[in-house]
Amino acid sequence: MGHSDDIRALFQGYQVHRDVYISNDIYEFEMKHLFANTWVFLGHDSQTPNKGDYYTTQIGDQPVIMVRHTDDQIHVLLNRCPHKGTKIAIDRTGNTGKFFRCPYHAWSFKTDGCLLAIPLKKGYQDTGFENNQNTKGMTPVGAVKNYRGFIFARLNPEGVGFEEFFGDSLSTLDNMVDRAPEGRLEVAGPPLRYMHRCNWKMLLENQTDTCHPMVAHESSAGTAIKIFEEMGSPSPRPPAMQIIAPFMSPYEFFEGMGIRTWPNGHGHTGVNMSIHSDYDAIPGYFEAMCDAYGEEKAKTILDDNRHNTIYFPNIMAKGPLQQIRNFIPLAADKTLVESWVYRLVGAPDQLIAMSSMYNRMINAPTSIVGHDDLEMYERAQEGLRTNSSDWVNLQRLYGEDEDYSKEAVENGTTERQMRNQFDAWVKFMTYDMDKTTAEQT
Amino acid sequence: MEDMTQHITRDDIIDFIYQEARMLDEGRYDEWLSLWLESGIYWMPLDYKQSDPINATSLLYEDHFMLRLRVERLNGARTFSQKPKSRCHHVLQRPFVDVFEPLEGRFQTNTSVHYVETRLDEQILLALTVTHDLKIDDGKLKIAGKKVELLNSDAAFGNIQLLP
Ligand SMILES: [Fe+2]
Repeated sequence: MGHSDDIRALFQGYQVHRDVYISNDIYEFEMKHLFANTWVFLGHDSQTPNKGDYYTTQIGDQPVIMVRHTDDQIHVLLNRCPHKGTKIAIDRTGNTGKFFRCPYHAWSFKTDGCLLAIPLKKGYQDTGFENNQNTKGMTPVGAVKNYRGFIFARLNPEGVGFEEFFGDSLSTLDNMVDRAPEGRLEVAGPPLRYMHRCNWKMLLENQTDTCHPMVAHESSAGTAIKIFEEMGSPSPRPPAMQIIAPFMSPYEFFEGMGIRTWPNGHGHTGVNMSIHSDYDAIPGYFEAMCDAYGEEKAKTILDDNRHNTIYFPNIMAKGPLQQIRNFIPLAADKTLVESWVYRLVGAPDQLIAMSSMYNRMINAPTSIVGHDDLEMYERAQEGLRTNSSDWVNLQRLYGEDEDYSKEAVENGTTERQMRNQFDAWVKFMTYDMDKTTAEQT
Repeated sequence: MEDMTQHITRDDIIDFIYQEARMLDEGRYDEWLSLWLESGIYWMPLDYKQSDPINATSLLYEDHFMLRLRVERLNGARTFSQKPKSRCHHVLQRPFVDVFEPLEGRFQTNTSVHYVETRLDEQILLALTVTHDLKIDDGKLKIAGKKVELLNSDAAFGNIQLLP
């Protein structure tokens, strides 16, 4: 294992080997290759509005610090003192002033990582210290991109550029930001943090799995509809009827929603309309949008009701609700899901109230819809240990001539986006693999 | 229950808080729902010391419809995450009665609680501070609001399926 052919053999057109979910070795390769070769979401620049503000997070299994430098740019540094390995920042967020100072031996670094000072430095004279790689300072990641406030980074210095990697999929983030009359977002509070004992890719696949809601969520959405009807279908409908009940929509509805896939593993449900299309209008919002953009453009922005957009490898964005879910891998069978919502600057407060409500009703560890989903993931994680088959099926509406390097729009119940993700998975797992293996041998 | 308006005591308030916890522990959810005013809200903040329940994410901010939905869902034939069912256990410190205004029919308590929830081989322990707003409605004490603050609300949790 570890050669690109071994990785390629795990994905065969319409099926994927169970090891991609349960093998610790594969997980280690994902951390070393997939999460180093791809552009990974870190956060939003409104989390660090002032110089010296930082936020600690991770890219794959690498702890990093996202910090606003004195030039007002966001820098991303590996969260390790080059001296003894001590983590420089422990709290999730804070302000470090003009420099980081390691709490162990007081080595200090500018917020772009450059070494600033070492106490009693004369002790290193004539030791060859200055030739040591570790004295360069805190190591920056390979590349950072601030896209309309969203911060992405690539660990490897070499690789596919940001625009080429995401291509036209950036239209979902554009739509999310364009929905703000002032054209920008602000983070609204901390994220929900929901621990899942399953592989991170199960969450990713579920985002465009349109044949599960009416089955797995019958307990929540079906019961909501039953209670509502027992109450005599009152108007205005309770918020849960706007948010949870559409999960019970029939197969035909989800077929008609449509799915679009883009190259490099990105894609979205809700091409034509979605379960987010039938929300009550919020007074004053359309007017604010018309003032900002003119009526025609305002309508174009607001008529786009995409459901879930996958930004490969591990986030999902909901444009109409200004929400990002980050599927953070912690082990082959452990994933932390962080669900964020953002305020549309210039929009009425009811918009962020709606996003916050959706977030707690659907994405919280206390959410009944969340309970429905997690039960399925954890059962799958356990069921995949059985030796009856090595393969997980992704065959719905499969065509042998599928070309994932081209954008495509298809029936909303296709599993093409899941196949698209594994096509990209193979590509970015193996992107630097043969090279590294050759170096090692 | 007799009309409480005339001669309600602090002990009546405290007994009510204990009885509510016992109903949850014994799974007497229909009785528990009947303790609530229709306008009552169950709030569990996400951020430590969160002040705004609506314009930032909360863990729970449940109206009567959502509470009823939760309760009915627990017994649903296709509620797979409750096969087998979860169980819970509350240990209460004696509630402080912070507001006692019988003439207005308004009361508020503050209660420290250790809450245990279990299903299959998993068991979690949560440390809670619970604030109850109570009112007298039609001669009976009712829950007008319940705020449940988790000591570690900013931690990552697996499922919390029942209502602390
Ligand atoms: Fe689901």
